Amino acid sequence: MSNPSDLKYTQTHEWIRVEGTKGTVGITDFAQHELGDIVFVEAPAPGTSLSAGSPMGSVESVKAVSEVNAPLSGAVAEVNPELADHPELMNQDPYGKGWILKMTLSDPGALGGLMDAAAYEKYVAEVTH
Amino acid sequence: MSRAIEEKLIFEKDHPGRTGASLPACDVPAADPASLLGPLARREAPALLPELSEVDVVRHFTRLSTYNYAVDMGLYPLGSCTMKYNPKINEEVARLEGFARLHPMQPESMAQGALELMATLQRHLCAVSGMDACTLQPSAGAQGEFTGIQLIRACLEDRGDARRVMLIPDSAHGTNPASAHFAGYEVEQIQSGADGCVDLAALSARMRPDVAGIMLTVPNTLGIFEKNIAEICRLLHANGSLVYVDGANLNALMGITRPGDWGADVMHINLHKTFSTPHGGGGPGAGPVVCKAHLEPFLPKPVLVQREGRYAWDHERPKSIGKVQAFFGNFLVLVRALAYIETLGGEGLKRASELAVLNANYLRAQLLPLLKLGFDGPTLHEVVFCDKELPNGVTTLDLAKRLIDYGFHPPTVYFPLIVHGALMIEPTETEPVEELDRFVEAVRAILEEARDRPDLVKSAPHAAYRRRLDEVAAARNPRLTYRPESPKG
Amino acid sequence: MRYFPSSDEDVRALLAASGVKGVEDLFVSIPSEVRLKEPLAVPAAVPEPELRERFVGRSIRNSSATCRPCFLGAGAYDHYAPAAVDQLLLRSEFYTAYTPYQPELAQGTLQAIFEFQTMMADLTGMDVSNASLYDGGSATAEAALMAHRIHKGRRVLVARSLHPAYREVLRTYLRHIGLTVEEIPFGPDGRLDLGALKSRLDAEVCTVLVGQPNFFGVVEDVRAVASALPQERRPLLGVAVSEALSLALLEPPGRQGADIVCGEARSFGLPLGYGGPYLGFMTTRTQHMRQLPGRICGQTVDADGRRGFVLTLTTREQHIRREKATSNICTNEGLCMLAATIYLSLVGRKGLRELAVQNLSKAEYLKARLAEKGLRPLFASPTFNEFAVKLPVEGPKASEAAYAADLLGGYDLSRDYPELAGGHLLCATERVSKAACDRMADVLGGLS
Repeated sequence: MSNPSDLKYTQTHEWIRVEGTKGTVGITDFAQHELGDIVFVEAPAPGTSLSAGSPMGSVESVKAVSEVNAPLSGAVAEVNPELADHPELMNQDPYGKGWILKMTLSDPGALGGLMDAAAYEKYVAEVTH
Repeated sequence: MSRAIEEKLIFEKDHPGRTGASLPACDVPAADPASLLGPLARREAPALLPELSEVDVVRHFTRLSTYNYAVDMGLYPLGSCTMKYNPKINEEVARLEGFARLHPMQPESMAQGALELMATLQRHLCAVSGMDACTLQPSAGAQGEFTGIQLIRACLEDRGDARRVMLIPDSAHGTNPASAHFAGYEVEQIQSGADGCVDLAALSARMRPDVAGIMLTVPNTLGIFEKNIAEICRLLHANGSLVYVDGANLNALMGITRPGDWGADVMHINLHKTFSTPHGGGGPGAGPVVCKAHLEPFLPKPVLVQREGRYAWDHERPKSIGKVQAFFGNFLVLVRALAYIETLGGEGLKRASELAVLNANYLRAQLLPLLKLGFDGPTLHEVVFCDKELPNGVTTLDLAKRLIDYGFHPPTVYFPLIVHGALMIEPTETEPVEELDRFVEAVRAILEEARDRPDLVKSAPHAAYRRRLDEVAAARNPRLTYRPESPKG
Repeated sequence: MRYFPSSDEDVRALLAASGVKGVEDLFVSIPSEVRLKEPLAVPAAVPEPELRERFVGRSIRNSSATCRPCFLGAGAYDHYAPAAVDQLLLRSEFYTAYTPYQPELAQGTLQAIFEFQTMMADLTGMDVSNASLYDGGSATAEAALMAHRIHKGRRVLVARSLHPAYREVLRTYLRHIGLTVEEIPFGPDGRLDLGALKSRLDAEVCTVLVGQPNFFGVVEDVRAVASALPQERRPLLGVAVSEALSLALLEPPGRQGADIVCGEARSFGLPLGYGGPYLGFMTTRTQHMRQLPGRICGQTVDADGRRGFVLTLTTREQHIRREKATSNICTNEGLCMLAATIYLSLVGRKGLRELAVQNLSKAEYLKARLAEKGLRPLFASPTFNEFAVKLPVEGPKASEAAYAADLLGGYDLSRDYPELAGGHLLCATERVSKAACDRMADVLGGLS
């Protein structure tokens, strides 16, 4: 699966789609592949404030837990209601139906630390070798 | 291909009107729960227990037992678990009524036999480990770790400096960081060097005043002896820190070398590993803690003492960390451990370690042409291979599951985490050479299958009561109890 | 040595095949400075017949409940276990197996765990159960830790009437992780003092822990405790059951508003064993299942779609989450769990209730006989199979007198409760006869 070019990526394998002051967050195809079958997602409640680069929740497979970090700072606006019963959406459609949460960005312009798709692919190639 | 009877859940076998136990006749007037206990205290619905005869229940659990694999059936080479043979006399003596029906709150004067037994076991555990004092209270290894780290903390606090950090190598069992955390320490992982041992230079550089201690498993989970152990103890002590030894792998060391002589301050011993008390399908175990004299004042209370030739419990222990178990420990497990030690004697214990290491080295030599080592170093009681040379996308898990079809319990897999696709094999001293050879032949055959018919290996097991179980489905939609069909009508 | 299959000839062959000259060379990786130079200071091997004699000797130097009717409870109750329980435990397919890490080879153990979880969840009125914990003491401590994970508050309120040893274990477990343990007194009825409880509640209280029955044998009004808790930042109500047989008669704590039920299930088929191994347990509601400590078994299917069982929700555990695990527990009390499952299957739903009624009847009979002698219960509240009386003498003197009359017990409450001088705890199970109760009443009634 190729990484969509309209998203921004983190070194900890999260993606964010920024639309105005809103952001939608998920984990990358690489991350879901590394974890394997995802069985549980722990997401913060709406209203929780998020800090860029800090843990905001976790994703679990049968034998591993991976923390999910907030790509940018802001507050949780909405959590994907489908994931509680269908965590497999994160495996099947990591950039679509497998989104984790939507957030209100505190500083929508500050995308400095994030990578674009090309940079992220280069980064993944490096960390896997 | 399994022809075993499909045994239902016990609740599905419910047969109203049957009974499996005979209660004594009640020789006093029957009390009325409703009037005595009042409405708030009354249970309305009967419990969801079956009504079955003794025959039904015995057959149910006997059939269930046939779905298990066990040491008494063959090699059970789980690394770091020390699945050795469990002697039958130990089971017999642990069931003597003078032990089994002894109440923990009886006065010491009525329990002198039990107390002498515990004192003797404590003495032997100190002798084997080179330590000065012992508590038998912890119920299993992890609780022993927790107790031991609490002793370290209490000792440091007594000096006025609890400190903050516990150092733990990356090869450690997960209980180590968890135990340190619950004792209030921050866990700092230290990397293993290229030889699988602690990197002495890096450790030396980390010796700052915030380090409370280090937790080391020796030999480590790679089966490798920490060659600089004496120097590590000196480094830590010079820094005012203490050394905790996880005794999970003590089976390699009895009569050969003693943690107390290295300079270690405290360790736990898994009686259900080294001292052959059975694992019981996941316990009960026992995790006694032995320590040097400077930690003795902090031991859990009560402490066993001798006064005028009689044994007694000393509850007046102002510096004690408190209690980790409601009573004195898993006593009936302790009975079995002492029976084992007295059966083997000092020489026998040493021989057990020698033969355990010999068996592991034999397996290593025989498997070396077939599998790739996880770490290239001399191994003691267990040997770790990695998944590097497995063909056709066959994984460690596939190899493990296929071993089931050849009549073996698989080794520990994917641990230690620092070895890719780890296969951790600990045969113990109680395996005959024929059984080891049969295992080697099975691995050889499976690797051939992996080359020629990889799908056969990837879909294993085929000959067990169940084929591969869907752990993903279990975790996604947890069903943790039986739910009866809703009653009709 | 009969446990070592390798003959001297085998050893030579194994050494040769391993490329090692002698046994000594197996240990070259151990530096000589740390090698043990002398033999282990452990006496020589004892042959099996002599060993058995030695252990029989040790066992008869105890005066167990075999010899005398047992009126001692205090967290360990003398019940009869049908012979079938132990015979099944002796099947080595169960007792010589490891924790069921390879489910295809452990369906027997796993199905038994699933049955146990179902029984315990039902008995306690909860949705889910774990596969066991060490004992009632550590289960109580684990309940507090779990409540803290869920609630985040740092104050733990515990009933002073909860088992003293459980409270001590609780303090040891909580000492270094920034949680405080505060005791709530009992009222003149022996129950948790609700007024005192209410005055101590605030948003930082993560749990309120009560014993059921409590250490005095008194049945707590769990509903009243539950309704005393605030709705806002409600602390979790933990109920610690030290006599599991009471669950057959009492309203399940889960129905009374408990959030976590934990405790000791040794009464279900396990020996007194001088204090261990016992059987800790914990049950809770579905919403909290991911915060449970210990092993959990779940139902699934195999590759052919047949029902099977596996250890599940394992990401809670130390081997995956390491220092962030819900508990450090690894080996638990597997075989004790099996004993309880077999016991409950044999006794059945009617039998268990009947047994519980019989325990209640024995205790009430003893209570009445003591009252005839002028020995009144210390507390007027309802009790199950254990209760406290007020004696005119000190506890040890009563125990000695009982012992002289070939009786065992009771328990001197002033050991743990200085404010209850003369308080004497007596338990009566199905194993004590009417005649033994009469004798105990005579002995205690004759003290002055």
